[in-house]
This record gives sequence, structure tokens and C-alpha cells, in this order.
Amino acid sequence: MAAVIDTMTLSFHLNGERVDLSGVSPTMTLLDWLRIDRGLTGTKEGCNEGDCGACTVMVTGADGPQALNACILFLPQLQGRAVTTVEGLAPPEGGLHPVQQAMVDHHGSQCGFCTPGFTVSMATAQLTGETDHDLTLAGNLCRCTGYAPIIRAAEAAAQAPAPAHLPKSFQMPVDAEGLAFQPETADALATWYEANPEATLIAGATDLGLHVTKAMRDLGQVAFLNRCADLKGIEVSETEIRIGAMVTWSDLLPQIAPYHPGLAAMLRRFASVQVRNAATVGGNIANGSPIGDGPPALIALGATLHLRKGATRRTLPLEEFFLDYGKQDRAPGEFVEAVTIPRQADRLACYKLSKRFDQDISAVCGCFSITVEDGTVTGARIAFGGMAGVPKRATHVEAAITGKPWELATLEAAADEWARDFTPMSDMRASADYRLKAARNMLTRYFLADLGQGVDVLEVEA
Amino acid sequence: MSEQVRKPLPHDSGPLHVTGQARYIDDIPLPANTLHLAFGTSSVARGTITSMDLSAVRSAPGVVKVLLAEDLPFANDVASAPVHDEPLLTSTRVNYVGQPIFLVAATSHHAARKAATLAKIEIAEEAPILTVDEALEAQSYIEYPPLVWSKGDAEAAIASAPRVIEGRIEMGGQEHFYLEGQAALALPQEGGDVLVSSSTQHPTEIQHKVAEAIGKPMHAVRVESRRMGGGFGGKESQGNALAVSCAVVASLTGRPAKMRYDRDDDMQITGKRHDFRIDYRVGVDDTGRILGVDFKQYTRAGWSQDLTLAVADRAMLHADNAYLLDHARIESHRLRTNMCSATAYRGFGGPQGVVGIERVIDHVAHELGMDPVELRRVNYYADRPVEAAEGGAAPRPAASPRSTSSPVMDVASRGAAGAFPVEGDARPATEGQTTPYGMKVEDFILHRMTERLLESSDYAARKTAVAAWNAANPVLKKGLGFSPVKFGISFTLSHLNQAGALVHVYQDGSVHLNHGGTEMGQGLFQKVAQVAASRFGIDMADVKITATDTAKVPNTSATAASSGSDLNGMAVKAACDTIRGRMAAVVAELHQVAVEEVSFTGGKVLAGGNEMSFAKAAALTYQAQVSLSATGHYRTPDLSWDRLRGTGRPFFYFAHGAALTEVVVDTLTGEYRILRTDILHDAGNSLNPALDIGQVEGGYVQGAGWLTTEELVWDDKGRLRTHAPSTYKIPACSDRPRVFNVALWDEPNPAQTIYRSKAVGEPPFMLGISALLALSDAVAACGTAYPNLDAPATPERVLAAVERVRGA
Repeated sequence: MAAVIDTMTLSFHLNGERVDLSGVSPTMTLLDWLRIDRGLTGTKEGCNEGDCGACTVMVTGADGPQALNACILFLPQLQGRAVTTVEGLAPPEGGLHPVQQAMVDHHGSQCGFCTPGFTVSMATAQLTGETDHDLTLAGNLCRCTGYAPIIRAAEAAAQAPAPAHLPKSFQMPVDAEGLAFQPETADALATWYEANPEATLIAGATDLGLHVTKAMRDLGQVAFLNRCADLKGIEVSETEIRIGAMVTWSDLLPQIAPYHPGLAAMLRRFASVQVRNAATVGGNIANGSPIGDGPPALIALGATLHLRKGATRRTLPLEEFFLDYGKQDRAPGEFVEAVTIPRQADRLACYKLSKRFDQDISAVCGCFSITVEDGTVTGARIAFGGMAGVPKRATHVEAAITGKPWELATLEAAADEWARDFTPMSDMRASADYRLKAARNMLTRYFLADLGQGVDVLEVEA
Repeated sequence: MSEQVRKPLPHDSGPLHVTGQARYIDDIPLPANTLHLAFGTSSVARGTITSMDLSAVRSAPGVVKVLLAEDLPFANDVASAPVHDEPLLTSTRVNYVGQPIFLVAATSHHAARKAATLAKIEIAEEAPILTVDEALEAQSYIEYPPLVWSKGDAEAAIASAPRVIEGRIEMGGQEHFYLEGQAALALPQEGGDVLVSSSTQHPTEIQHKVAEAIGKPMHAVRVESRRMGGGFGGKESQGNALAVSCAVVASLTGRPAKMRYDRDDDMQITGKRHDFRIDYRVGVDDTGRILGVDFKQYTRAGWSQDLTLAVADRAMLHADNAYLLDHARIESHRLRTNMCSATAYRGFGGPQGVVGIERVIDHVAHELGMDPVELRRVNYYADRPVEAAEGGAAPRPAASPRSTSSPVMDVASRGAAGAFPVEGDARPATEGQTTPYGMKVEDFILHRMTERLLESSDYAARKTAVAAWNAANPVLKKGLGFSPVKFGISFTLSHLNQAGALVHVYQDGSVHLNHGGTEMGQGLFQKVAQVAASRFGIDMADVKITATDTAKVPNTSATAASSGSDLNGMAVKAACDTIRGRMAAVVAELHQVAVEEVSFTGGKVLAGGNEMSFAKAAALTYQAQVSLSATGHYRTPDLSWDRLRGTGRPFFYFAHGAALTEVVVDTLTGEYRILRTDILHDAGNSLNPALDIGQVEGGYVQGAGWLTTEELVWDDKGRLRTHAPSTYKIPACSDRPRVFNVALWDEPNPAQTIYRSKAVGEPPFMLGISALLALSDAVAACGTAYPNLDAPATPERVLAAVERVRGA
């Protein structure tokens, strides 16, 4: 059994130079380390919870550069990777990065506090060739400009060549001594976690990070899963799609799009690029939140959860994992290894309802997969987030429409079933009444969309 | 003269912003022994502290000092209002969740925050006063009796009107969400003096409050502010507590002290925009002309006075917005509630007042079945006659019955009478038209601006297209919303309308610029530097912009009320002109020409046929033993205001704007998108069109955010449930209008402002109201009833309005 170790050693690159740290608290955030220990104050603290993007840094690994929120990024997550902060964007030979120049020329900064984060997000997108700026900047809040000049700057800089000093890919050998809490394989994790069942497993830290920055909790013994390569795979077979627990939502988005474009569309609005780059499918499930957007979609697709404890593996339908608010069917020392989705004809639509379109937690997330043959509903999987203490299926509604004609009258006849399935709560996101109405109307939307009627506000132009 | 003004130059700090070099308070390198501060706050909205056990706080790692109210050596007061109702630390009563009770000084920010959570405080809890109705019931007022202003006889006019319409609109408050939270740093100086760096819009108030708190005259306190990471009014008074805390700790310990709020603390402790309920009754004739209107405005001020009186006054002052009201009565209730004390926020009550009358117009248009834009034009004030502009292309006059050709009445600036050519000699349509508070309206231009905007935005065709869309689409409904703004420019506390500047010219011709305005992103420093460069005829690179500093320019007003460029630009101009006059005298003497023949342009000083570089002229002036340093001062002329009676001339002039917004609404869930916005805004002769357009674009999106997604939710215990960006949703990138056309109206300010520009900080915020009106219009397409859409129009409120309209 491994001893509890409070500190660890790690190595990464910072703005082109190697950094070796020892005696580091594993829950020291990159933001605090940059600002307090290194005096690199260009990276800003705006909210300290991953919602504003003022602390955005570029982190480059073997799979390329990514924008991440430094405020909820623990130092061990950088192991073997390269960090570029706003101070490292400009070419060493002088001048500005094309994105920086464009931001100046197009009046993209006013108070300037969000600007380093925007600039790093834009430089990362510029390096990877991503030109959907609404997508890449959804996680950066600006209170001054109204965004228009920032978009003009992003468009202007998109075509310029990225400076050569920014790595497009990065790997470095790391000292195995430093990996005590950072297993390289699921097997190693399984052995260690079975022996240390009280430990906290850290996947992307987009939720656990807040336990440190906001609740100021000591996480105790921790393990970082980000180097478990065998938990990061997406495998598509004849019968199923297997998604490893450490697959990030950014990884999943493009890969799921060909099979379930409705899920991909919802994932574009799931948190932000910075959060999707860190947050994992397994974390979103294991966390057990009733308002995570991943589980309802996966449940609607009939997903199976794969749990592992030591050498023992078991599976269960994903919806059965969520027992009650804050309570999951997970034994001490047991962890999520993967989730599988049966291959199926795509009927999935995901409706994420929130006050703000992008980067907002859903008040209601409704996911529908309804099969219709010859005008009759032959199967229905309807799952919701935000409607109960757990992600939950609308079993009564499903039963009420299955075997019935696929028409509005069927939906109307099932109207009373919703209250049998759900008694949602009222909170700062929405009232119970609204949640129930919106959920019901989402089924109408699904039906009308199936008929080819215009029901998507995102497709409307002035 | 080579003019740097009017050039669309980038923000002076742009290159520093994008490289991360721009320094904010939290970025200042600290001496090693610096202490970090955090407040321990009340978890109860209303009650009396019965016991406090801070032993765990005192013994927490890193804690150096813990202060209670009784430990404060001098004034325990951070109120911006003269009533001293806001202690830095409370010792007996608690008045809102988040109220500071004790102050922790520790060796790190984290240690201080963590320790602050360890107190055991017993509070005898009382039922908090939270809602408007609860406050009315309890007669809980900040100012009593309610203020009432009247013009004409509204009651009689409404009673005899052919149509009477009444209703109510509620609008929420707004969190500033400056990206840089509140922060301050105090460095102890010799002899007990203190140097404070603060993220503040009001360095002089910080200086004043700190001086009282450390028991020293103001001369012992120097306050510096280079820039803020956003202010929006939230750093006018709300930074006092942090700066005072730092100064007190520095003074007691002799160690530097820094304080910055964590975002959640910031959102719970500091004040926000005032929310309002407005009840209205309006009498109209069949043409839509408003014959009489009665407003009852109710606002929740929170627990202390802060700036509430002035904010609520300004809501009353903008109850007319752009409309001539012959008979109006406005009653204002300023209610004391157990919440954070509402404070200044861009528009300062003006937006709330404007929403009130715009709702009335929208409601009347709906009831009469009239085009809401047409109804607005029927009720607009009359336009100021079009002048034959000097050299430039004059804006075309609007075809309007109330804006016929008539002579200029340049009373907004009496000194300029006759400066502009006059057409014809008929009586001006503006003659005799006054606001509900009796101020003549002589510079109105919204008829012609509206005409231009309707044309450029293709309003008529789009209105038809929207109707066709709505007829064809059962689920997704489109809506158009038009809103104008006429915003009064000046502090309503008249003596605040002054500013000072300090300008040095060095022997090499470089210029050091300082004034009392603060930079919060609006580009004030650059605009004022453009003024200085223009006065001296030199390049921008020759002008050094420096931090606002109470030791350089004393007794400043807050950078607020959109006044920054107007006041400080004029003060800097005065200082520059003083120096320029002295240099001209030296050069004139040298070349034996009249002083009037000396000019400054293109980096040169020209005298008769001679020329020399500006630097050479500076060196010669120095050698002639003449001062190259000057102060400048400016006071806005012609203001008078009696706030209790509601009469006078509180404003120097009005700034205008108009916006048309198109939205689409999903009637199944209430979700929506802003599809297109067209804006025409009046910045006078813009000092810097790029920066001004930045204010317009940003102001619109912030205004639209206030009325759409930004919802503050308090629970029945008075706890703010939306105290982080995870729950409080300011607009994100994709929330900006898909199509966003913004243009400036090119017409000089008839008032004698700096280069005839107009203030631009707050007015465009109100253009966001067009988004709310557009949502209402889309909802109205679902049926026949009026939507009565409250704000913020979250998807939930929109869906509820859809159901109302459908009669569901």
C-alpha cells in the first residue's frame, strides 16, 4: 500500500523552458503557481472557478495544443507537457503574435483584464486552424467590448502564419519517481485505488478544482488519472462505441459527430472549450451530478457503464448507476473504466436549456431517442438532467407513447405522464413548473423536428 | 493644426493588454512582508450578533492579526453617502448576508480566506425585509416621504383622455461583473503616511475615507490608480472597504497590506444595479399622443444609502426618455431592504427610468394597434433645427411634423450663440418644450436619427418580412424592437461637474499628462491624450499617459456619469493652452512676431516665416526661465438643480442614440437569439470614433444582458443564489447580435464641449432595451394579449409571456 505523500515532483515546459519541481503540493493550481511563485502575472484570476477564461493558458501535449483554465488546473496535470502563457505568445525575436497585433488593431481590448485569456484562446485556435470563433471563445467572458471587435480580430488573424516558436505537439520524458500518484495504466490505477479506496481520483479537475479554490478543502490523498493512456481511447466496433473514462469531451465531440450529430451539437454548448479540454466522460458520470449533460444523452443512447475494482469488472445500464442525489452505485476503490453505446440508427436529439446559450449549466437537459416504424412508435428512450436528484429516464412517458401513432395527439395524451416521472425542484436556474413545461415541450419539439419543421433558433437568420 | 483628436487610435494600453504586461493591483510586485486580508462576513440577512468566538480564526495558519469593529483606531465608516451609515465592520446589527464583521490579516491570500471561514458567530436572527411589498409594509425607506415630481396635471389629463392604459413592469438588478474584482494595496510610508493603490473610479473618495480611518489629514494619504479591469460604476464607492482595510492594517502593523475579493465574495458583498418595479397609468388620444402619464417607481436600495438617492433621482429624470410629456407625475420610493446596498451601475438609474416609459410606449402601441416606432415619433420632443454644418456633410433632416425648418436655438451653449448659420426665421419647434423637471429641450435630434436608422436598417421591409415569417412559422417567432435614448449629461450633484489636470512639458518636448479621470477600459486616457497632443500639435508618442494620483490632481470627482472626457478633456485643454501660451510668448519674442501668429502643428512651432521643433521651443522656454508646467481646471457652466422640487437644469446637454433589434423566440421553451442589431449613436464630434464605437457595442451588449440573461436570485433568507459566473450569466461571445451594425451620428455637440464631442459611456447601454422590446414583439405574435414581459427576460419569463398571450 502506498503511503500518503503530500508532495510530488514533476517536469514540464513553461514558455519554452524546462521546469522541474519537487516538493509541490499536488493541488497547487497552475494559476497560483504562475502568479505567486513565478511572478508571471499576465495570466489573470477572474473567477477562480473556470467560468470566465481570464486565466486561459495553452497546454501542448502529444496530441497538440489546447486552451485550458489555469485556475482549476493542478500542476500534476502538466506532467510532461508544455505550457504557454500570454507572456510566451510573442515571438522571441520580437514583435507581437498575429493575434496580439490584430487585437490591438481591431480594438479588441478595453479594460484589458480578460484580454490575456482571449489572446491565448485565439492563439491556440489559430495554431490548430480552428476558425469557428464562437466555439473557441465561448469560455472567455468580456464585459467591455460586446465581443464584436474581438471577433473581428480573430478573423483578421486567422490567416496569418502561427509563429514558429509555438509547439504544435510536445512530449518529454518524465522522471518515474515523480509519478507516485500518477499511474500510466488502468491496471496500475486499479491496484493502487483498491489499496487506497479513500483517495480522491482526479480526472480533469473541472469540478474538483472548485473544492480547492472555492470550498478551500484539503482533498487528502489524490491520484491523477491524466496519464492513463489506456483510459483515453474511443473504439468503434460493429456493435458498440466504447468510450474510455478519460476521454475528454473535446476528444469525443468530433468522433461522435458522424454517429450521433445531435450529441455533438449539444456538446458544442457543453461548458466551454477550456472545460471540455479537461473534463472527461468518466468524470462527468462518476461525479454523479443531477445536472451533468453527459449522462442524459448517454442514457438515451442506451449506454452501459463499465466499473472496475482491482481485477473485478462489472457492467450496468448507466441510469442504474445513479441511485439518489449524491449517491451512486460505486463501491470503495471502484472506478469508472469506460462507457459503451450500442451501435444504432441515429434518432438522438439533445436539448440543452439554460439562461445563456453557451457555457451555462442546464436548467433542463432533455435527450430523446425515439424510433418510429410505419408511423408507430416502436421504442423510446427519453432521459433528463435537471429534472430530479439524478439523471433520470421518463419511463412513464416512454411507456405512454410506445406502440402509439407518432402524432401530436399521442404526445398530448401522454401529457399527464410527465408529472408521474418528474417532480423537479425550483432553484436559481428555473422553477419546477417551468422545468416540467419545458421538458414536455421538448418532446413536441422532437416530434416537429422529425416532421422537418423549423424548431431550431440557431438556424434562423435575420 | 495637426489634429490627433477624431483619429480612431487604438487604446493606449492595447499592446500592454495583449502581452499581459498591463499591471492591475494584484499584479504589483509586493514586499516580502506583505499581509493579505479577508473579511469574515454575516451569514444572516438581519439580526443582532449575540456572541463571537474568533479563536479558531486567530490560531489558523498564517494569521497575523484579526480586527473587530472595536479594534479600529479611528473612523469605522466606508459610506459614500454623507449619512455615515456604512461601517467597515459591524459589531452589533447585521443587515445583509455578506456584511463584513471582522477582518483577517494573514501571510497569504489563501490563508486569510480560509481563516475567515473559521469564526463561530451567533446571531439572533430576525425575519429579513427583502421584497418591495415587505419593505412597503414595514415602511422601510432610505428616504421618506417618497419623492414626487410633477409637470402639469397628470391626473386630470389621464382622467379626460380617450384611452387609459395601465400596467406594471419589474426589472432586475445587475451584477457589474468587472473581470478584475475589487482590489487595493496599501504601503506604509514614513511618519504614518500611506500610499494606496486602488482599483477605483474615485481616488479622492478613497483618500478621504482612508484619511478618516487612520486619523490623518488627507495630505497624509496618496491614492494612485493606473487602470481598472472594468468598473461600470461598481468601483465608484464599493472599493472603499478594501482600501480602508488595507490602510488600517498597514497603519497598525507597519506592513504592506493587500486585499482582493474572491469572485464569490465580491458578488455577495458589493452592491449592484438597483432593481425596479414601475407602475404606470397613461392617458392617450387616438393618434397615440400621450396626454398624461403617472409613474410609481419602487426600488430596493439594500441596507444602506450609498448612492441610492442620486440613482433613484436619475431614474425619475429619465422617466420621459425621448418623449414630450405635458402632464406627468413621477413618484419614487427608495426602499431599505436586507440585501447588499445597491450602487452605481452604468446609466445610474437612467436605464430603469427609460425602461418604464419605453414599456408604456410599447403597451400603448399594442393597445392602439399602431407601429411602435411611429408612436414614438408622435411623442418625441421636437428636433433641434439642422444647422448648415461647417465643411462637413450635414445630416439630413427628418421628415417630421415637429421638426420643420426653423432657426438654431443654441441655448445649450449660450457662449456659442451665432456660431452656426441660421436658416429661416420661424419660431423653433423646440421653443417651450420642457422635460417633466422643467428643463428646456433644445438639442433633440432623434427625429432625424430615427429616420436615418430606419432607412439604413431597412425597417419597413423587415417589418413586413417578420410578419410573413410569423404567419408561416408556428414555433419560432420573430420580433423587432426599436428604442431611442436621450440621456442627460452631467452629475446631478452640480458641484461634482469639475475636473483638474496637471501637464508638464519637459525640455526635450515630451509631455507628461495627468488628470483626475480614471481609466477603466473606456479609453479615457487615450482620448484625453489626443486632446493634449492636438493642443501642442505633436505626436501621440510624445505624450506620456500616467496613473491617476491624488498627489498630482486633488479633489477629483468620480469618473462616472459619462463625464470623463467632457470634464478632464477640458481641464487638460486648459492646462495645455496655458503652457502653449507661455511657449508662444517666448517664441514670439524671439522672432519678434505677435503671439497670435505663433502656431503649433506637425511637431513644429511656427512663427511668421520661422519654424522650429516643438522640442526646441520647449528648451527655449525653459532657458527663458518660463514654467513648462501648468494645472488646468474646468467647471461645467449653467447648471442648477433642486432635487427635492425636481426643477432646474441638471444637465449640460443630452446625448442620443437609437437601436433596432431583431430576435427569434422558440415558443416551446422561451429560448431566443438576437439576430441583428442596427445602431446609430450620437457622440457629437467624436474624439476617437474607434473607442466610441467600442463603448456603443459594449454598452449595447451589456444593456441587452441586463434585460435578458442576467438574473439575480435571492432566496427567502436573503442569500444571493447567483454569486458566481456559473449561476449569473453575463452575455457570452455568441450572444452578441449575429449581424451588428453600429454607426456614429456625425453632428457636433451644440454645447461647448471638448472639440464638440459628446459623452458616450452610459447612453448606449440603454440601446439594449431594444432587445427586450424585440422579445416582447415576438411573443406578441403568438396571440392578441399584451405580453407584459418583465426583465430579465429569461427563457422562463419569455415562455410565461407566450402563455399569457395565448391565453393559456
